Amino acid sequence: MAVHYSKVLPVAKSNSDMRKRTPEPSRRGADEKSATGVLDRDSVAVANTGELRKEQQQVKADQKGRIATLDKETLVNIYHQMVLVRRFEEKSAEVYSAGKIGGFCHLYIGQEAVAIGSISAIRKDDYVLTSYREHAHAIAKGMTPESVMAELFGKATGCSKGKGGSMHMFDKEVNFLGGHAIVGGQIALATGVAFASKYKGTDQVTLCYFGEAAVNQGAFHESLNMAQLWKLPCIYICENNQYGMGTSLQRAMSSHDISEKACAYDIASEFVDGMDVLAVREATLRAVERARQNYLPTLLEVRTYRFMGHSMSDPGNYRTRAEIERHQERDPIKLFATSLKEEGVMADKEFEDIEAQVREQVEKSLRFAEESPLPDTAELYTNVYANPIEPGKR
Amino acid sequence: MAVMTIREALNQALREEMLRDESVFLMGEEVAEYQGAYKVTKGLLQELGPKRVIDTPITELGFAGLGVGAAMVGLRPVIEFMTWNFSILATDQIINSAAKMLYMSGGQFNIPMVFRGPGGSAFQVGSQHSQALESWYAYFPGLKVVMPSTPADAKGLLKSAIRDDDPVIFIEQERMYGNKGEVPDDPDFIVPLGVADIKREGTDATIVARSLTVPIALKAAEQLEKQGISCEVIDPRTIRPLDIGTIIESVKKTNRVVVAEESHPFCGVGAEISLQITERAFDYLDAPVKRVSGADVPMPYAKNLEDLAIPNVDQIVAAVREVAYM
Repeated sequence: MAVHYSKVLPVAKSNSDMRKRTPEPSRRGADEKSATGVLDRDSVAVANTGELRKEQQQVKADQKGRIATLDKETLVNIYHQMVLVRRFEEKSAEVYSAGKIGGFCHLYIGQEAVAIGSISAIRKDDYVLTSYREHAHAIAKGMTPESVMAELFGKATGCSKGKGGSMHMFDKEVNFLGGHAIVGGQIALATGVAFASKYKGTDQVTLCYFGEAAVNQGAFHESLNMAQLWKLPCIYICENNQYGMGTSLQRAMSSHDISEKACAYDIASEFVDGMDVLAVREATLRAVERARQNYLPTLLEVRTYRFMGHSMSDPGNYRTRAEIERHQERDPIKLFATSLKEEGVMADKEFEDIEAQVREQVEKSLRFAEESPLPDTAELYTNVYANPIEPGKR
Repeated sequence: MAVMTIREALNQALREEMLRDESVFLMGEEVAEYQGAYKVTKGLLQELGPKRVIDTPITELGFAGLGVGAAMVGLRPVIEFMTWNFSILATDQIINSAAKMLYMSGGQFNIPMVFRGPGGSAFQVGSQHSQALESWYAYFPGLKVVMPSTPADAKGLLKSAIRDDDPVIFIEQERMYGNKGEVPDDPDFIVPLGVADIKREGTDATIVARSLTVPIALKAAEQLEKQGISCEVIDPRTIRPLDIGTIIESVKKTNRVVVAEESHPFCGVGAEISLQITERAFDYLDAPVKRVSGADVPMPYAKNLEDLAIPNVDQIVAAVREVAYM
């Protein structure tokens, strides 16, 4: 049977509706389970290549349908952004290994469709908050690769003046409200940003990203409850890459259906294929409309996969090479490129041009970071308080 | 000057600041319909409406974090913890988000907000509801910590805290809400943060007290006066930033110090004040600094045991006599 990538759960109108929807343990029956090994919702079974190929065809067909609805400029921009953040991360890995980036470095490779697809669906004055795996979101929201790379290098020209690092990127100019490094912490913050939009009467929406492991934190549940209780324009995007560091979803969550958890808070939710950039965009557009028009929150569970380790220091012994390769078959960039090519949106030359432009963008960011100065040592004691008080001064 | 309770003074401060600035909102458990668990927010819902005065679910981490997020984009939240004991659930947002946001964003996002509520001991409410947490919060750069001991200070300091551009931890004392005192009528009356107040002048010994121990120290000073010891009682009012200068000046005059606090002694604010005195005024001391602290135990329920766990007049009198070698 066909896999349902997009499942809109309308907000239940009454308690009886809720009750009908709640205990459905048989909903994911054996037939549904066997639909695909890759998107298998309950086990890490070995993929059936025949099924996999069939499913690939379906995704492509869906994506082509979506391509037909968009203009070339939008499509090319989305593709360009995806390639940019992929090459940016590859370069980050390279220079991290060379010892130029300190601390932790969490790469986004494999998940590009999520940040790029969803941020392509919002306005410049909308807000984005995310976790510590945030280089791509920062660039997608409009920060320059230079300011992000310089921050990774801990330089004064970095987006956080070198005081934040890989996990704490911020840019007030583009309403990128950070990289937050306590799992789930940003979920409550984003709820507050959305609260402020409603309080001020603006129609700005807030996108809040987090991994599936954050769903086990209290902050997730507390926030979703408040968001629906007070009707806040926050879009919660769970990037389900199936591993919280080295612990698989199956080993950490009693109920694996994250989008279904929205029922507990009466929030609209969707399950989205996070390897299809346009599917992510469309689901986000629906959520944005709900938020902008009616101040309503949405939970999107976007199924994706990270091709690299949790961080640069991850030995990766908790999953097999075969499993990673199976997911790489569905590389969101390759998938999108194929669709764009087959639909005649872009020709070979245009793909090559984008690669060349991106290479130059990334190299430029690297040069900028390398040539930038370290923070002045006087910066150690600045920005602790916005209003520093000299004690005893009346 | 009007005479009012600390509860009423806080209520006035909230009301005036909310009328003055639309970006201030008040959020917490039972602050609106119930009129406040301790009635500090009485009448505010009626006057300011449900947009500004918001009852929350019992979800401390959630609404503390919501407040920080709202502060990032220009609102000035006042987040009430029904008691500071419950703030323990919200420490991630207070410490990891509120305290560090400005720094880790390279100066881009300041957090103009107040976390407030009653702290310290109450009357026989047991271990989990009787905790003085100021040393926790004062530990973190990025936070300001305020503890008023009189109605005038409560009002003036809360107004300053709400107007401040940084996150302020504002700890009221549960036992003291009904304490009365004079409060200036001037609607623009404020008490600046970071300025200690000399609650009583004296020449022979300095008692540094805050919050609950201020009235206790003042009573002790009265008794000691009769015994021929003139005590100066200093209330820092703001724990961070600490006005150590005022304390040091007093020590240089009296040469003897007792620090009185209801919190546990270990790693407490009293320990910090004692050390700073020895660092800055060691040569002026005629005796080692003496601390009077709450007992180093979880708070017991039984009345007689609870009384033993909280500093009292006799303990402070004895401590001053000790540093005076009497």
